Amino acid sequence: MLLINCPYCGEREQEEFTCGGEAHIERPQNPPDLTDDQWADYLFLRQNIKGLQYERWNHAFGCRQWFNVARNTATDEILAVYNMGEKPPQLESNDPLTPCGEPPIGSGNFSTSKK
Amino acid sequence: MIKRPKKYSVFSLVKNALSYHENWQPAWRNPEIKKEYDAIIVGGGGHGLTTAYYLAKNHGIKNIAIVEKGWIGGGNTGRNTTIIRSNYLWDQSAAIYDHALKLWEGMSQELNYNVMFSQRGVMNVAHNLHDVRELKRRWNANRLNGIDCEWLSTAEVKKFCPVINTSPNIRYPVMGATLQRRAGTARHDAVAWGYARGADAMGVDIIQNCEVTGINMNNGNVTGIETTRGTINSKKIGVVSAGHSSVIAKMADIKLPLESRPLQALVSEPVKPIIDTVVMSNTIHAYVSQSDKGELVIGAGTDGYNSYSQRGGFNIVEDTIMAIVELFPLFSRMKMLRHWGGIVDICPDASPIISKTHINGLYFNCGWGTGGFKATPGSGWVFAHTIANDQPHALNAPFSINRFSSGELVDEHGAAAVAH
Amino acid sequence: MRLQNNKNLNQTKRIGFIFDGKKYYGYEGDTLASALLSNNVHLLGRSFKYHRPRGIISAGCEEPNGIVQLELNEFTEPNRRATEIILYEGLIAKSQNRWPSVKYDVGAINDLLAPFFPAGFYYKTFMWPPKFWKTYEHFIRRAAGLGDSPKKDDPHKYEHYHYHCDTLIVGSGVSGLYAAKIAASKNLKVLLVEQEAQTGGAILSSNKHENKINGKNQTEWKHQILDELKKAKNVKIITSTTLFAYMHYNYLLAIQDLQPSKGKDKKNSIRQVIWKIRAKKVILATGSIERPLTFNNNDRPGIMLANSVSKYLNGYGVKLGKDIVIFTNNDSAYQTAIDFHHHNINIAAVVDVRNNIESDIPLKVRNLGIKIYSGSIISNTTGRRKIKTVHIKKINENNVKVLNCDLLCMSGGWSPTVHLFTQSRGKLKFRDEDSCFIPHQAHQNSLSIGSCNGVFDLKNILKETYSTVNFFLNADKKDSLDGKVFESETIKIGKQENAWLINKKNIGKSKMFVDFQNDVTAKDIKIALSEGFQSIEHVKRYTTNGMATDQGKTSNVNALGIISELTGQDISDLGTTTFRLPYTPVTFGAMAGRFVKEFFDIERTTSIHSWHVRNNALFEDVGQWKRPWYYPKKNETMDEAVSREVKATRDSLGILDASTLGKIDLKGRDVSEFLNRVYTNAWSKLAIGKCRYGVMLGDDGMVVDDGVTTRLGEHHYVMTTTTGNAASVMSKLEDWLQTEWPELEVYLTSVTEQFGTISLNGPNSRKIVESLFPDQNFSSESFPHMSYKEFEIDNVPCRVMRISFTGEICYEINILGSYALSLWNKCMDIGKNFNITPYGTEAMHVLRAEKGYIIVGQETDGSVTPVDLDMNWIVSKKKYDFVGKRALLRSDTVKEDRKQLVGILTVDPSIVLEEGSQLVEVETSLPMPMVGHITSSYYSPNLGRSIALALVKSGTKKKGAKLIVPTVNKSIEVEIANPVFVDPGNERLLA
Repeated sequence: MLLINCPYCGEREQEEFTCGGEAHIERPQNPPDLTDDQWADYLFLRQNIKGLQYERWNHAFGCRQWFNVARNTATDEILAVYNMGEKPPQLESNDPLTPCGEPPIGSGNFSTSKK
Repeated sequence: MIKRPKKYSVFSLVKNALSYHENWQPAWRNPEIKKEYDAIIVGGGGHGLTTAYYLAKNHGIKNIAIVEKGWIGGGNTGRNTTIIRSNYLWDQSAAIYDHALKLWEGMSQELNYNVMFSQRGVMNVAHNLHDVRELKRRWNANRLNGIDCEWLSTAEVKKFCPVINTSPNIRYPVMGATLQRRAGTARHDAVAWGYARGADAMGVDIIQNCEVTGINMNNGNVTGIETTRGTINSKKIGVVSAGHSSVIAKMADIKLPLESRPLQALVSEPVKPIIDTVVMSNTIHAYVSQSDKGELVIGAGTDGYNSYSQRGGFNIVEDTIMAIVELFPLFSRMKMLRHWGGIVDICPDASPIISKTHINGLYFNCGWGTGGFKATPGSGWVFAHTIANDQPHALNAPFSINRFSSGELVDEHGAAAVAH
Repeated sequence: MRLQNNKNLNQTKRIGFIFDGKKYYGYEGDTLASALLSNNVHLLGRSFKYHRPRGIISAGCEEPNGIVQLELNEFTEPNRRATEIILYEGLIAKSQNRWPSVKYDVGAINDLLAPFFPAGFYYKTFMWPPKFWKTYEHFIRRAAGLGDSPKKDDPHKYEHYHYHCDTLIVGSGVSGLYAAKIAASKNLKVLLVEQEAQTGGAILSSNKHENKINGKNQTEWKHQILDELKKAKNVKIITSTTLFAYMHYNYLLAIQDLQPSKGKDKKNSIRQVIWKIRAKKVILATGSIERPLTFNNNDRPGIMLANSVSKYLNGYGVKLGKDIVIFTNNDSAYQTAIDFHHHNINIAAVVDVRNNIESDIPLKVRNLGIKIYSGSIISNTTGRRKIKTVHIKKINENNVKVLNCDLLCMSGGWSPTVHLFTQSRGKLKFRDEDSCFIPHQAHQNSLSIGSCNGVFDLKNILKETYSTVNFFLNADKKDSLDGKVFESETIKIGKQENAWLINKKNIGKSKMFVDFQNDVTAKDIKIALSEGFQSIEHVKRYTTNGMATDQGKTSNVNALGIISELTGQDISDLGTTTFRLPYTPVTFGAMAGRFVKEFFDIERTTSIHSWHVRNNALFEDVGQWKRPWYYPKKNETMDEAVSREVKATRDSLGILDASTLGKIDLKGRDVSEFLNRVYTNAWSKLAIGKCRYGVMLGDDGMVVDDGVTTRLGEHHYVMTTTTGNAASVMSKLEDWLQTEWPELEVYLTSVTEQFGTISLNGPNSRKIVESLFPDQNFSSESFPHMSYKEFEIDNVPCRVMRISFTGEICYEINILGSYALSLWNKCMDIGKNFNITPYGTEAMHVLRAEKGYIIVGQETDGSVTPVDLDMNWIVSKKKYDFVGKRALLRSDTVKEDRKQLVGILTVDPSIVLEEGSQLVEVETSLPMPMVGHITSSYYSPNLGRSIALALVKSGTKKKGAKLIVPTVNKSIEVEIANPVFVDPGNERLLA
């Protein structure tokens, strides 16, 4: 279970939060002008990144505030927490060595770029 | 040429026993990588192996490579709770899952490999009036789609599965269930190994420890892949990489409607037979069956965030065990032996994508979410057709990637025992 | 045989227990294993596959063989390790997987047939005839499994306990205790967790003559440290507590056996507690596990791990044999010889695979006059139920010396217990010199010390513990040890020699067990490799090595070594399988904790609930709410009760507890604009004091919720939602406001539980409100349908809305929850003259269906748009945008042949269709094309016939068309109708 540093309440157990998925997907201002493909892009298509992902979390069983989290989805490390409306911070992430990041042998360990 | 494995039988077993088992041949080769193939399948899980198998068997395309980053069957194929059924609500789903179920029914004999497909029945339990209405809707649809399905009253549930708690006084009492008798479980690893052996025997190269690092394209056509073991050329590439589908798609600049989530499961210590069927409950989020070895096999729900770490929160596991103990109070003193996580690629409508893409020769088979194992042979069957003919089989036409633009979704959120 | 004065035991207290029907005695402090062994009971069970006789091989949680069924009836537990059960008076245990008895087991025939059951045999057989798998499986399943599942409900309870600390120390051996002392002296909040009932770890198997710390024997040293720690207020020590999971962010889980020595507690007492620990820093001092050696017939009872034998001897005073042979590839097993020597028990021989044995401990053994066979192996053993002889031979020579023995102690080296370290995602590296995986890079804030870090000799353990723990816990933060460090003498340790496979040439003909419980032999591993299963994970899955209840604690590394021997690959190139949680098996009941039975899920009830209970309501679960379903009177069937409630409501007056509907209070400058965006219709012009129905969509255009929203003031609305969606709608609205439209000033408050809602329906409802609020005018002119007023009753303010979900005149009174019951009683009292009838959700469903009102979640399923529901009128064409608008224009959502809401009438009016029935145009062979399904279906007592609602392909255009409902037994003819069956002109509603 993750430990999330709510910008309003401090560190709390992940159980108190819900995740709202990828951040910085803005609802289009001009829906009538969009094609079905463009609407699908907003509605359904996701980067689903392995590595550094910017995502939205809500302290649902706490202050009920939404905020953004930068997390490495390969290792579940939370790298930063920042407010709604803020630009994503530029971060050094411990991204996978190869696209999958899994070592070629066994299945015990996970390899990332930092030593 | 290496010696092909002989046909397996009691006689071959006895014969090998007499030679102290010194003469078994590999079930599949460890081949040299060729420069070019007629088709490359990315992902050596069940769906990838069946795709190659049926490409060779049904479509005569035998110059195929399966490239697998680790070991075959090591992803969700080897991590699921092995439930097989076809009692899906919508016609499109019912058709493809039942096609798969029919293939399961002859699989051991076809492959000459015992996948231990055990048609012990799957019960989907209702706990409130809404469940009853929805399950009866599914039961009626199944019946008219020619899929065996029965409605059981609470008393019939108890009779079919005596260890379930049907007391009316529990928090969410059992109000009936659907039962598909043809449904059941299978030995998951054996499915991968059996298809690998079958595909290999037809000439398919199974290349393990080979990770794809790039997709080569030219003028909107695929030309091959880059891997950790070099470039491999092919004009047809079928991607069947489950949780990592978005990672591969990114190499071709494609965005998919997928989210990769942790899905956890666990087994108990082995005990003598105690439950003879598969029980699934949507409302209280639990499903359980007993493996032939005697372990209770229990599936939990997905975690609520994307992750590729093959690990979820223990709170999800606890919730599932609470539901198991609620439904089966006698299991309270049983013990969790082993727990693991997989990465499931989930579509917004909880149905898969088996589709061409806008890049010629590049095909995706993904989005099976929490329920892909049961579809393994059917998925490979239609995906092989799609790759061979460059157009979908009638069974997977509804599962095109374009449905997310048109809105013609196949919403199966009620399909799994555990909410997606 | 029991020696006197043992540190683990209270030998003044004798304890009686029963194993396999026979009574034995042990002492307080014994484990079941030590007690059985002291009674010379070695044979404890039969193996999984070949039913070979098996005895205890270890003294801890790694035990693969000594597993028993503990206790009877509701207290029973399968597969308990005898080495972990603390003995208590009256304990009952029996052996498993044998019939009729552990001595004479019919299943032992499998051992003779073993050549035909190699790894993976079941994949190659049982395929014909195809239908027979079920039969084969029946017998295979009965042969498999170990113990028996309980058959009765668990009489015990379980709890969860949350704990936060600065430093968590796992393991209380030398390094763990030392680390605790250092951490305590830095004034940190320390939790020390020990899996065994007694602290000490390897100290428990030490003798008092050697390996002293600062001149004290280890037991004295332990007590000195423990005394200090117990006095410190910042240290908590818990024993009988196994740390079983190391997860994200130093979140660790441990399971504690409460009073394990008491065994059977009273029913309902708490048996186990799961500790959920969040630690700032974690120190792993989990020790190491001795490895068996892999030689022919290495599984007989009486063949045990050398260090475990020492533990039974030094800790429990159990003398396990008198003709003792030791077989080893390293120095540590020599200590067992010395331990026996201190008790004047002679060792017949030490067999060592190494040639040059010049280090300190072996020399000491040699000087004691014990015969050492160097460069030798044990090639075979004999003895059916207990070991009788060993065959000793020089490596590469054929002469065999047969030696009688009743105990063979083996040591194949040590595996650091890195399970928790790897669970935390730390990386391992393989150390060749003594063939062990040791921690390499920690992934979380943790430190491994002692033998789990690959440090095996006492001197270095003390030295490294001091320096690394100090550094880890901040070197600058002074401890109060004043440089007083612990030290031990220098001992020269000889190099270990790998001996993964003792008889490499004869694998096919031998039985060299690797995984004892799962009966995996070296031959099985060889078969797997030759069949192409090369990855360690494949070998594991094909042979089942390491998948038994001990999770491969003694077999995993040996399997790797054997693969390495057979394939010539380095072990470091093979990698490991994943070390999975839990470290040892964890009781389901403990995982569920208190959240079972009445605490499984919270039960939400309205403030009027007690009245419903008193008046015999049956309840329906709607989400977590308990809602009255119907109120049967004496001898009434459900149909009769519902019909009575429905009829009374239409004819005169019905009363419904509608408190469960979600209520959201919206205030702020921009509420009207906000509603414009989240609902399909327009809100800006809604007058204060008016109510409006709204449908809420997702951005995919599908209906997610509906309800009536009332404008209380210029900037103040109250929204109602469906009962089931109240929380999700609230969350979604907050999401839009906080993340997408922060420019809007809107404040949301959930007020569902603050208000009780009483809904008065029927032509006489006006009489009630007139009586409740005598000064007010309730005429339709002054208080029309879809309007709202605020009144007071006995000085308590009430919100009264004239809205309707039945099609009758209806007043919904919202009052503070604490007054709702009193108001309900008042209504019932006044209503007596009008046959006021409380009705439940079932009658509510019938009433609304008669009127053609939908229920979200029943008429909709996430694939239905408002257009499909024939609600074009509510979808604004003028608004540029609202949530869901764009999606309504997609190529599929604009299709005309979508499934649409219609009414359905059976040709035979007495037939009530089953909800969920499918509709077809013509009956064909299967599969039969379906055109829709019945969403709602009831008998309407007002119409005297059945009615139904359905979603039907192109339904709106097909009014009057005939369809068929094919049920299991018969086909029912139906006709598509208008979905409004009662009062289509709204005369009753607006009266």
